[in-house]
Amino acid sequence: MTTASTSGPARAMGPSLQQQRARAAFWFLAPMLFALFLVAAWPLMRTIWFSFTDATGNIYDGKFVWFQNYVRVQTLDSGKTMYRGVFFDPKWWNAVYNTVRFSVVSVIFETVLGLVIALVLNAEFKGRGIVRAAILIPWAIPTIVSAKMWAWMLNDQYGILNDILLNLHLISEKIAWTARDDTAMIAVLIVDIWKTAPFMALLCLAGLQMVPRDIYEAARIDGVHPIKVFFKVTLPLIRPAVAVAVIFRMLDALRIFDLVYVLTPNSTATKTMSVISRENLIDFSKFGYGSAESTTLFAILAIFVSLYIWLGRVDLTGETSR
Amino acid sequence: MSFGYRAKAMRATAIAAVLAAVGAPVMAEEITYVSGAVGKAVENFAALVKPWEEATGNTVKMVPMPASTTDQFAQYRLWLSAGTSDIDLYQTDVIWAPQLADHFVDLTEAAKDLAPTHFPSIIESQTVNGKLVALPIFTDAPALYYRKDLLDKYGVAVPKTWDELTAAAKTVMDGERAAGNPDFWGFVWQGNAYEGLTCDALEWVKSFGGGQIVEPDGTISINNEKAVKALETAKGWVGTISPEGVLSYQEEESRGVWQAGNAAFMRNWPYAYGLGNGDDSKVKGLFGVTTLPVGAEGDTSAATLGGWNVAVSKYSKHQEAAISLALYLAGPEAQKQRAINESNLPTIISLYDDPDIAAAQPIIPQWKDVFLNAVPRPSAPTLSHYNEVSSLFWSAVHDTLSGNGSAADNLAKLEADLTDLKGDGWK
Amino acid sequence: MKRSPMAILWNVLFYLFVVAIVVYAIFPFYYAIVTSFSTGTALFEIHYWPKVFDLANYKNVLFQRQFPRSVLNSLLIASTTVILALFLAVTASYALSRVRFRGRGLLLMVILAVSMFPQIAVLAGMIEMIKYFGLFNTPFAMIISYTVFTLPFTVWVLTTFMRDLPIEIEEAAIVDGATPWIIITRVFLPLLWPALVTTGLLAFIGAWNEFLFALTFTLSEDQRTTPVAIAMLSGASVQEIPWGPIMAASVIVTVPLVVLVLIFQRKIVAGLTAGGVKG
Repeated sequence: MTTASTSGPARAMGPSLQQQRARAAFWFLAPMLFALFLVAAWPLMRTIWFSFTDATGNIYDGKFVWFQNYVRVQTLDSGKTMYRGVFFDPKWWNAVYNTVRFSVVSVIFETVLGLVIALVLNAEFKGRGIVRAAILIPWAIPTIVSAKMWAWMLNDQYGILNDILLNLHLISEKIAWTARDDTAMIAVLIVDIWKTAPFMALLCLAGLQMVPRDIYEAARIDGVHPIKVFFKVTLPLIRPAVAVAVIFRMLDALRIFDLVYVLTPNSTATKTMSVISRENLIDFSKFGYGSAESTTLFAILAIFVSLYIWLGRVDLTGETSR
Repeated sequence: MSFGYRAKAMRATAIAAVLAAVGAPVMAEEITYVSGAVGKAVENFAALVKPWEEATGNTVKMVPMPASTTDQFAQYRLWLSAGTSDIDLYQTDVIWAPQLADHFVDLTEAAKDLAPTHFPSIIESQTVNGKLVALPIFTDAPALYYRKDLLDKYGVAVPKTWDELTAAAKTVMDGERAAGNPDFWGFVWQGNAYEGLTCDALEWVKSFGGGQIVEPDGTISINNEKAVKALETAKGWVGTISPEGVLSYQEEESRGVWQAGNAAFMRNWPYAYGLGNGDDSKVKGLFGVTTLPVGAEGDTSAATLGGWNVAVSKYSKHQEAAISLALYLAGPEAQKQRAINESNLPTIISLYDDPDIAAAQPIIPQWKDVFLNAVPRPSAPTLSHYNEVSSLFWSAVHDTLSGNGSAADNLAKLEADLTDLKGDGWK
Repeated sequence: MKRSPMAILWNVLFYLFVVAIVVYAIFPFYYAIVTSFSTGTALFEIHYWPKVFDLANYKNVLFQRQFPRSVLNSLLIASTTVILALFLAVTASYALSRVRFRGRGLLLMVILAVSMFPQIAVLAGMIEMIKYFGLFNTPFAMIISYTVFTLPFTVWVLTTFMRDLPIEIEEAAIVDGATPWIIITRVFLPLLWPALVTTGLLAFIGAWNEFLFALTFTLSEDQRTTPVAIAMLSGASVQEIPWGPIMAASVIVTVPLVVLVLIFQRKIVAGLTAGGVKG
């Protein structure tokens, strides 16, 4: 592939130039790293610190308890041994299961849908501008509003979704989407996919836009079937862009909070890791325990992303030439 | 290290800026009051505190918050945990006192003359370990709404027991459906898994004589036959006289069904009264309110106690003025004005016999009966664990209602969980 | 120009598909608009078309206390966030993508770690810091936190895009003796427009819609942003949800974003053609 490039032209030049560039790189990175360190590092460290304390309503009263929020062995008066802490909390593992299930399904749907929409938007047709703006609307509406809006549309008695499905004879009676355990997750997925597919579409589109047009031209002249062009040429070229989009969608999906919180706040079928750690942090005055859950969530996310980067062979540095 | 140096420099600048801002001699103080804001709350509040502002020369700024009480609680807890001094007074829900007690000023001494004029049960709910955490400013209690016209049409009496309600709802519903309204339901209430379900279910259990989950002395009482019977009765409604979706309803969803004229009975708070009599309401003038039914003859009706209070932050820099404002807001003058302008139920007993209030808001004296049967949620005995207790309770109830396990099993499990949570005593 | 029936059929199918996508995307928004025209009990009835054309909800929102002020705050905060984030990200991405040094992969992972904590968990630490710097209840509290939390995304996307630009474009500049700064501004920026506009737009929307930080870091009504202002819209009592005004407000806040997209999409379309770079 002729477009492949790696770490800049330094290879072609002398060592002093490479040094000079490295120095420049440091100064280019410094402001961002400084900002990240100043603003993000402190709260993150605080959360990890709190996870080792038994802090409750008043966060400064906690004392250091090592790993007791994570693992604790308790011997009851009856002589029975109980395992406690986040690692032995069935509610937590239920939340992990919910979150992972939700993330995998939603990200797959969003990626495919996003890619399809991006391909359509990349084609030349009349009214493309309007369509492109229209596509972005779901992403543009604040989540707290769109969640409420959907809760309204999904309502069993006066929700429009049931009405449409009834009119189309797809269902025979009104479904209480957010109330039933078996449909609550579907409801959350419907809304999330609707909301975030545009995000994926826009990023895929940006990737597509960076693909030089003459490649298509060449393929067309050679009479290659468009589907083959897509899989053999387009997809490999936009793969890095899609991979990054998927990572960030994955991170967002695994941390999902507001949508579930508004749509199905207390259903055990949809409670996610963020929802349950918020519950402990804020509602139940278990600040230490909630922080331990957040830290575990952080660890799970880190593992997930590392696995994805490793298994998906996402090229972090660009050093392996394609 | 350059980072440390810079941080210090920035901090010094910040402090200088703050000093400059407050440097001017403070004569009249500005008091900040934070509260969930609904309707014209901000405008009404400005009018409400005007006399106090004129009398003391201070000014009051109101910070409006979203209407959701759980969101308010989360914000207040964060601000208080961080020791924010920007807010002097917090408007608090009746169940928050024990959980936020550490952050508020003790008002026992300041309110020693005012407190005895309020309903003792409310003052008690705001007292934690002998410390008066907040002063009540208005109260709230739900009632049973019923369609007068439809009860007359089918010749049924206003139900006194839950069984009567079930039968009446069925009669009316069957009749209305046969008459061509397939969307008609017998009884709507709040079955979503949230704090509101704790309120609804506490009323069923209490009115069946099944106690109040955790008794005032801290005993866990929920696992008993009467509570089981209460929950089983409620389970029987889902899908028969109440739509299956009631399991996702909060107050507004039930009001939606009710106000569209699609329900014979509704359990709701006083706010639905005014809205139900609005010009565009399909049930305008067609309904009445009464106390919630009982389990059987001889049991007493129960209505969960709601309501709001005002607390003074211990991080406030204007505590004296803030306490004075709190006393004013909880006093008879402000409560009367609230009752007349916003139909908030007063907490001062004598105001229920006030002719001006009776003239302006005839519903308020009527609500006194409901209010006399009010039952508090177990926030006082469970202290900082209340939210978790409530969450365990509503989950057990919601599971029962949606058919995940029988009432007996779920309550036995709930008892085990609560015992576990209690450990060697609530703290 | 003549077309084969097959091509016409494909065209029709294509347009049908486009219509399906558009309907799917905007139907809920359309329904919000329909809802925003109704009031009272009419809200609880299902209408596919606006039954009445009542602007009461819009008046209610626009003349309510500080709503227009909140829109201005949001505009200011979101634009500043985008400018700051793009500036920091472009320089950082240049270093991360075009200059070879050890530990780049690790550095990217560390940056990513910032997006791995649930928001609610970092709130307590954020409040402490915001108070420490005396930024509580100022727009800077939001600008700084949004910038930092959008940086991982912006840096990653821009790094990916910059890496894929061919080596030749830079070589010519270096031979001419251009400094890295010149290379970034003169050579890369014009080529990066699609990526810049896209990430900028996404960052803008992120800042425009953020709720939790905005609610926690502000006290006065005149400092609040639109999502918070929408959450403040309320009915006559705690239990009543004002659907009409909420929908009207959502329509109002979504319009600027649609306008933004319409303005910037030429840039998105322009794409690589501007640079005339050979693939």
